[in-house]
Amino acid sequence: MIIEFRLNHEKRTIDIDPSARMLDVLRDDFGLTSVKEGCGEGECGACVILVDGRAMNSCILPAGAVCGKSVVTLEGFKHTKRYRAIENGFLKAGSVQCGFCTPGFVMATESLLNENPHPTDEEIKDGLSGNLCRCTGYNMIIQGVRLAIKEGEGLW
Amino acid sequence: MQFRGQSVKENIGTSILRVDSRKKIRGEAEYIADWKFDGMLYAKTVRSSKAKAAIISITLPEIPEGYAVIDHRDVPGVNRMRTVVSDHPIFAEKDVQYIGQPILLVVGPDRETLYDLAAQIDIQYREEPALFTLEEAEAHSRVFTDYHYKKADPEKYFHKAERIIEDTFSTGYQEHVYLEPQGMAAEFKGDTLFVYGSMQCPFYVKHALIETLAMPEDNVRVVQTVTGGAFGGKEEFPSLNGCQVAVAAHKTRRPVVMIYDRAEDILCSTKRHPAKIRYKAALDKNDTVVALDIDVLLNAGAYNGLSPVVLQRAIFSATNVYNIEHLNVRGRNFMTNTVPSGAYRGFGAPQTIFGIEMLFHTIALKLGLDPLEYKMRHLLKQGDPTCTGGRVHETVKMPEIIQAAVERSGYYDKLRTNKKFQGIGIALFLHGCGFTGKGESQIRGKIVLQKCRDRVILKVSSVEMGQGAETVLRKIVANTLDLPIANVLCEKIDTGLIPDSGPTVASRTTMIVGGLLHDAALEMRARWDEGTQFEVSKIYEHPDYLSWDDETFRGDAYPVHSWGANVAEVEIDPVSYELTVKRITAVYDVGVPIDERALIGQMQGGIVQGVGWATVELMESEGGKLKQGNLTDYKIPTSMDVPDIACYFISNPYEFGPFGAKCAGELPFVGAPPAVAAAVSNAMGCAIRDLPITPEKLMETGHDH
Repeated sequence: MIIEFRLNHEKRTIDIDPSARMLDVLRDDFGLTSVKEGCGEGECGACVILVDGRAMNSCILPAGAVCGKSVVTLEGFKHTKRYRAIENGFLKAGSVQCGFCTPGFVMATESLLNENPHPTDEEIKDGLSGNLCRCTGYNMIIQGVRLAIKEGEGLW
Repeated sequence: MQFRGQSVKENIGTSILRVDSRKKIRGEAEYIADWKFDGMLYAKTVRSSKAKAAIISITLPEIPEGYAVIDHRDVPGVNRMRTVVSDHPIFAEKDVQYIGQPILLVVGPDRETLYDLAAQIDIQYREEPALFTLEEAEAHSRVFTDYHYKKADPEKYFHKAERIIEDTFSTGYQEHVYLEPQGMAAEFKGDTLFVYGSMQCPFYVKHALIETLAMPEDNVRVVQTVTGGAFGGKEEFPSLNGCQVAVAAHKTRRPVVMIYDRAEDILCSTKRHPAKIRYKAALDKNDTVVALDIDVLLNAGAYNGLSPVVLQRAIFSATNVYNIEHLNVRGRNFMTNTVPSGAYRGFGAPQTIFGIEMLFHTIALKLGLDPLEYKMRHLLKQGDPTCTGGRVHETVKMPEIIQAAVERSGYYDKLRTNKKFQGIGIALFLHGCGFTGKGESQIRGKIVLQKCRDRVILKVSSVEMGQGAETVLRKIVANTLDLPIANVLCEKIDTGLIPDSGPTVASRTTMIVGGLLHDAALEMRARWDEGTQFEVSKIYEHPDYLSWDDETFRGDAYPVHSWGANVAEVEIDPVSYELTVKRITAVYDVGVPIDERALIGQMQGGIVQGVGWATVELMESEGGKLKQGNLTDYKIPTSMDVPDIACYFISNPYEFGPFGAKCAGELPFVGAPPAVAAAVSNAMGCAIRDLPITPEKLMETGHDH
């Protein structure tokens, strides 16, 4: 099946089985390896991408579902001012240890702040609850999001 | 924000930015699943579906051109994974001992085709009677390892005891859930084998490859790729899948890559040992515990592997921070037909420390005493004998640690004012730093510092796996040499380029390897003007005042300990019995923090893993099959579940640690579970004897109450 969609702001057309996992399409066909496979069943959030601005687990997203939509991965997002604010927040707060969950957390943070630029702590926790981290115990990631909000005031 | 020029001159504890975080945040760090090799083949493992059986026959489908099947007959050398007890076959031969045991690999260029081929392989088994639980294994005396040690004269003190109290505690499996699943790759370049992957111990993998591939040492190189969490789960296991891909690359002469998905990872990778600990305590007329009889039972699973050393740490930690004059301690690893247990943060100590903390808590309540005061009555002091008859050489700051934990948490106020279903509890704990017993003196870790004009390269085999080792080790050298951290670099973790400074385990990296680097950097500083290019190398020497006898288990099991106290606050829903851990106040003595933010990261993460083990992380095996086989069924804490955590550090420099640092990585895991259990006990007015504390179990105790 021919699928047309926007990937990191460029128009793309591929001929692919519409039931293929978007995770595999992005990693294997487009070489976008910031998208990580941690569980393959939508539980861990390491493969989070933005589809029309909303966070989705690409491991349970069939390629056919992105037809006509805009897909953004970290490779596309990392050139933005919003990304820079999140990067600085995560750096300063010590939000990163092994790093395998980090791209997913960055994308989930963008999705959260896009919907709610001034979340409370509870709303941050809720917004990131689809992403698992085994190293940090989350508090330092939440702190990173807070710093990003401060530095990126007005961007969201 | 710049890394370059980051000053590391001030107080060593002042935090700097981690050297590896920007690449990771940008999604540019390359984990093994992101690597591509020319002409690479993927591998899929075919595993036993039976818990114990003889293999009668294996029928293969037609194998297409470019695909291959690899089994034990393809192993050029020894078909056993080299570790403490080298008993796990690389590929099963005539029999299988657990569900998930690897039998063969199918390799080929297309993953879909591989999965189809693997599904068509027909294996006929003759099932045999199997043992699954600790209870069954004990009843059948299916013992792998049986250790025993004694201190002073326990028989006499049990005989003349005023009162004898017996109790039993148990703990369950725990899955590591490193976010990056296991993955390894192998390729030959000429006669040299290169193995790449996610691992903690490159030289363990190298030595395993030398034996299994029957290759000369010089022709085997192991390269660590960016490692997405490990926690012990990538200590011994990568030697197994590393040997498997290497045998496949040897047979096919093509690069072979094997990445597990989560379900396969959970099915076959090692877990924390389920444990049962039986205590018999002899109390004198003042209600002081004068003698303890401790019986530790660990479920090692189908192969012993490195379980004997896990058992050693379990039994040498069994008296925790307490000075018990008379001891009789037995520890046994049992064989069951279940997935092998292995290394996991804490390495046997969390099980026994949970046990003794709950024992003291329960005895105190039984006697109508305050648990904390009762515990403090038994505290070890500097100069006291350890459980194995060594000495507590270091200054013990437990009274200060406890005072800080009590004050910062408002422990006694809350103990008075808490309502039913609200609880507060305290746990005291220690962790022996570095390898157990003779471990460090046998491994004799080696490091090299190389000066290249204004830069210094450090060569170690300690890996960055998320814990911050690269930042901390570079910082130790940069600070000692008064160089910007950007001028101090780590050599790539490739066994062809680095010396063996030992594995990245046992909370030994900062203290032992960092200590060697600190010594080398001091020497380099003194000789700085000797030339633009020279090397300084160091080999670990155990402090000569330490002694250890491996036969009798007498002496200093650890050179020094890190210490701590945790206060946990919990709430329990009176209807659903759902348990919420609200707050943890944690105070630690880790010597001197090398980098406070990195250290707090270890403490926060370790506490939450410990809270997970104590509460939501239920994993059970039935008939040798895990009931929780994926992350939908096996829950780990999410951002919604984490308590507020406040960490404090009490400075207590250790003479042989870099800048006075001791061990830190495992310590937070050890303390949180018994603190949570004590708090739940306080909330419910009942003893907690079993981890994890599930709502179902609480409901039973709540109804009994």
